[in-house]
Amino acid sequence: MIRKLAGVLATLLVTSFVIFGASYAAPGDPVTFLAGGKENLTPEYLAAVRAQYHLDDPFLVQFGRWLGDAVTGDLGRSTQYNDQVGDLLAARLPSTLGLVAYAAVLFVVFGIALGVLAAVRGGRTDAAVVAGTTFATSVPPFVVATVLISLFGVRLGWFPVMGGGSLWHLTLPAVTLALGALAIISRVTRQAMVEQRELDHVTVARASGLAERLIVVRHVFRGALGPIVTMCGLVTAGMLAGTVTVETAFGLSGIGSLLVNAINTHDFPVTQAVLLLMVTAYILVTTLVELVQPLIDPRARRST
Amino acid sequence: MLLSVEDLTIEAGGRRPILREVSLSVGKGEVVGLVGESGSGKSTIARAVLRLLPQGATASGRVLVSGVDVLSMSPAALRDLRASQVSMIYQDPRSSLNPVRRIGDFLTERMVHTLGRPKAEARARALELLAAVGMRDPELCVRQYPHELSGGMLQRVVIAAALAADPALLLADEATSALDVTTQAETLALLRRIQAERELGMLFITHDLHLAAAYCDRVHVLYAGTVVESRPAKELFADPRHPYTAGLLACTPELGDPRPIRPIPGRPPSLDDAFTGCPFAPRCPHASAECDTWQPHPLTVAGGSAACRLVEA
Repeated sequence: MIRKLAGVLATLLVTSFVIFGASYAAPGDPVTFLAGGKENLTPEYLAAVRAQYHLDDPFLVQFGRWLGDAVTGDLGRSTQYNDQVGDLLAARLPSTLGLVAYAAVLFVVFGIALGVLAAVRGGRTDAAVVAGTTFATSVPPFVVATVLISLFGVRLGWFPVMGGGSLWHLTLPAVTLALGALAIISRVTRQAMVEQRELDHVTVARASGLAERLIVVRHVFRGALGPIVTMCGLVTAGMLAGTVTVETAFGLSGIGSLLVNAINTHDFPVTQAVLLLMVTAYILVTTLVELVQPLIDPRARRST
Repeated sequence: MLLSVEDLTIEAGGRRPILREVSLSVGKGEVVGLVGESGSGKSTIARAVLRLLPQGATASGRVLVSGVDVLSMSPAALRDLRASQVSMIYQDPRSSLNPVRRIGDFLTERMVHTLGRPKAEARARALELLAAVGMRDPELCVRQYPHELSGGMLQRVVIAAALAADPALLLADEATSALDVTTQAETLALLRRIQAERELGMLFITHDLHLAAAYCDRVHVLYAGTVVESRPAKELFADPRHPYTAGLLACTPELGDPRPIRPIPGRPPSLDDAFTGCPFAPRCPHASAECDTWQPHPLTVAGGSAACRLVEA
C-alpha cells in the first residue's frame, strides 16, 4: 500500500517535470503576451516583466519554485485572467466532472448491456451490436455533436443546445462523449463474456442443472468483470482529458476549453495546472481500478 | 436399469460418427468401466448422459436414465436430471471450479439455485459433505477459493459437490487422471467408499485398462467410437478376446516382466478416418483381407461380447 502510494507520488513528480519542461520548451515567449501590447515592447519593460515573473531564473529553479507552490496548493496566477489558477479551476471543474460522470454512467450501463446482449443472444443481435458500435466509434465526436444538436436541439427542441448547469443541459454533450466509449466497452464486455463462456467450469455449472440465466450472471459475467472494470476505468480516465471537443461544440465552460484557451494565449500557469490536474485524475482512476481488482479476482490478492 | 444406453450414434460432421451404435448399461450399485484411447469417444458418452452434446452434433438411439430418454426430454426435465439424478466428476478439478467464487458457493449453488433449498440448510449440508470426503477443516474450506487448495483437495470438493443432490448415478470422467499417484489412490478409494455406501451406479471412464480392470465390475473397451469388447473386469483382464484389448494390456510396462513393451502400432484414428470394415484392422496384428470389409458387431464370448470376426473362427 505504501509502495503503491510512493509509486503514485513518483509518477506525479515525473509528469509534473515533463509538463513544466514542455511549457518551458514551447515556442513563443510568454513575456510578449505578458507585456500586453506592442507599445510596451521596450527592452527595459520586458526585463522588468521577466524579473517580476522570475522568468530569467534557471529552469530548475523555476521548476522548484513552481513545484513548491503547487504542493502547498498555490498554483500561481493566470497571466491572462490575472486570477488565482486555483479559483479558475474550481469554477470550471464541476461542469467537466459532471459531464464525465454523466457520460461514464451512460457508457457503463449501455455499453455493458449491449455487450452482454451480443454475447448471450449471438447471431443477428451480435452482428447488429458489432456493426452499430463500429459505426459509433468511426464517427468523430464533433460530427456526432453537430448531428445531435441539429436533431434533438433544433428540429425536435427536446434539449438545450448551449450552456450548462443542469443534467438536462449536459445530456447531449454526455451522449456525444459516451458514444465512442460505449463501443469500446460493449466490445470488451462481449469478448470477455465469449471467452468466459468457453471455460470448463461454465460447462460444469450447466451440467449441474443450473438455469442458463443464472449461468450467465453467476459465472460468465462474473468472470468477465475484471477486464470490463479495468476498461471502464481506463476509458473514464482518458475522458477527463478529452472533453475539449465536446465542450467547444456545446459551449460548455469546462476544463477542456480552459486548457485550449490557455495554450493559445501562452497562459503557462493555467496550462500547467490543467495538465497536472488531468494527469492526477488519470493516475487516481487507474490506481482505483488497480485497488478494485483484488476484490473482483481473489487470485490477485496477495497471500497474507 | 439405472442407465441404459441403446444404439447411441453421435455425428458431428466428421467423416465418421464420434460414436457408432454404442450400447451399455449401469445398474444400481454397479461400477462400469469405459476404457479407450483419447478420441475414442468415451467422454462423449458421459456427456451424452447429461445431453451435453458437441456443437452441431446429431444423436440417434436412446440414453435412458431410470427409464426416461435423456435425448428427448423437455428442458425442465433435463435440468432436473442434471441437478438431482446424475452427477459428473471431471478430469481437471482446477478448471471445474469458478476461480472467483468460494468453495462454499460452488457446493451450495446447485442446492440453492436448482433444488431450491434454504441457504442455511445448504451450508450445513456442504459442511457435512466436505467432512464426508475427508476434508480436515470444512469450516475453513467453504471460505477458501479454489487457488488456495491442492488438486487432490479440489477433486474431493468436486466429489462432494457431485454428492450434494443425492444422485443415483455418478459419471467419473478421468476423475483421477490429472492427479499425482498418491492422491490418485486416495481419490479412488474415496470414490469407491462413497459409491459402496450410497449404492450409486458409476460409469468410470479412464484410459488405463489395468485400473479399470481392478476397479470396475464390468468394462467396456471403446475404439474409434465403437465398443469393441464388453466383459466382466476379471475375465477381460485374464483373457482379452479383442486384439485391441490384448494390445492395450500388452503395452503397459510391468515390474519383473523382462518382455519389451509392445506399443500398438499406428496411431489412434481421428474423426477424418473413415472405415469400410473393422476400424482396428489397420493396426491389428491378426488382421486379414476380410477384416477390411467385415462390419463389426458384438459377438457373444464368455461373459460378454467382443466385436472381432476372429472370435467366431
